[in-house]
Amino acid sequence: MAWRERAADVIFVGPFLLFALAFLVVPSLGLFVQAVTTGHGFSLAPLATLWSADHLTAFRNSIEVSVLSALVGTAAGAVGAWLTLAPGMPRWARALISTFSAVAANFAGVPLAFAFISTLGTLGVITGLLKAVGIDIYAAGFSLFRMEGLVIVYAYFQIPLMLIVITPALEGLRREWREAAEGLGASTWQFWRHVGLPVLLPSLLSAAMLLFGNAFSAYATPYALTAGNLPLVTIDISNVLSGNVSLSPAEGAALACGMIVVMAAVMVLYGLLARRVGKWRVR
Amino acid sequence: MKWLWVPLAGYFALPLVATAVLSLWQGSRGYGFEAYVTLIHTPEMWNSLLLSARLAIETIIAGLVILVPAVFWMNLRLPRLRPMFDFISVLPLVVPAISLVAGITAIYTGPDWLVGTANFLVIPYVILALPFTYRALDVGMRALDLRTLTEAAQSLGASWPSMILRVLVPNLITALLGAALLTITIVIGEFTFANILLFNTFAVYINHIGSTSATQAAALSLLAFLLTWSAMLGVALGGRKAAR
Repeated sequence: MAWRERAADVIFVGPFLLFALAFLVVPSLGLFVQAVTTGHGFSLAPLATLWSADHLTAFRNSIEVSVLSALVGTAAGAVGAWLTLAPGMPRWARALISTFSAVAANFAGVPLAFAFISTLGTLGVITGLLKAVGIDIYAAGFSLFRMEGLVIVYAYFQIPLMLIVITPALEGLRREWREAAEGLGASTWQFWRHVGLPVLLPSLLSAAMLLFGNAFSAYATPYALTAGNLPLVTIDISNVLSGNVSLSPAEGAALACGMIVVMAAVMVLYGLLARRVGKWRVR
Repeated sequence: MKWLWVPLAGYFALPLVATAVLSLWQGSRGYGFEAYVTLIHTPEMWNSLLLSARLAIETIIAGLVILVPAVFWMNLRLPRLRPMFDFISVLPLVVPAISLVAGITAIYTGPDWLVGTANFLVIPYVILALPFTYRALDVGMRALDLRTLTEAAQSLGASWPSMILRVLVPNLITALLGAALLTITIVIGEFTFANILLFNTFAVYINHIGSTSATQAAALSLLAFLLTWSAMLGVALGGRKAAR
């Protein structure tokens, strides 16, 4: 009856694997082919455009914003998750926070941009309040529509995402080691320094990587917030694809490949770090 | 440590409050519900909302039809495929959405009945929701004793389809609801694919209305946020009650 077993495997698992292959794996790999193909066949010209000053600036901006927002999101999200899991927190409050996080983690684009323009824009509520007490943040050089603004705005979806992904790891930590450490007379600081952080570090690292990717691929939010005036890779790709500047699929593919390469590099870095921080664990 | 709540809660509440204030602003006529009233009488808003709602339902159905059997079978019979499943399910988080648009549009240029209608968006949306749907289903199924359930169903003479629909799905209802709600928040807010492929979904409409009327855009954003949140909260609290 081996063939019947095989047939069942194909019927149950086949559609999913085919779907993922056709619409996820092949399109991603296809980008690498398109990036070296122009109307005249093989060409390195599209890849060469990556080294133009404009695109290099876009990559540098994207990476800078993503690193900063991943750091902010990881730290604040971990603290938020820790506070949410604190023993005194009532059940309904936990449900309120976890569902809010699920919605806020997907809050992006124009709605998010508008929310912050009305808060921290030139005429925003906070900007106005601060001005009333004599602090003019725009005169001091702050702008919601530049890098520092993006980091503040991205945190609105980065912190909730962090809270969602780190909660299981924190739950695992809380139950077992905290009591043991306290029983042995460890202070809070000693617990974190010698138990909490080392145990959590791999989870924190992988979450930070996820947050980096999330910020790196953000498109709707910077598009709505800066109207495309701050060069980022995602904005460049959409300009190239929808023909705002020039219609060039190969250049778009080259930029997209660049993004995938950056993500791959971050994952390799993560792999190396994860191996280092995981070394103390007894296998 | 408790004081740390204040900056966090403030950071998350203030933009929503500011949006609410903006949505009620009527210029020289003070504050009121003008923006909301205008919106209710705008057919384009309803069309885009209905389109996004339809896409969300189609994405949920398509995603579950593809994933439920696959994750079930992987857990029951093909655990050696787990690393591959895990890898595929994180790919959409690694390959930026905008790169995926570029890749998909370059390969699939026809036929017109597929790429010419908004239904085409269901394909990338299933991919975007994959990491969350897969995780929800996998966690849900790992908590079940699939082997015993399957054997019990089969000894009672159930076929595979009726086993999945009548035994598996009812046991997974909270996991399925969680996955469905996350899919809704993703599809309603999704802008990248819809904007580049030029379909007028809800997020694209909010973007469009934002360029002409800031107050209406604020009103719509706030409504969308609060409605999805209350729906999720209802399911979270209701599901917990049902589980007890």
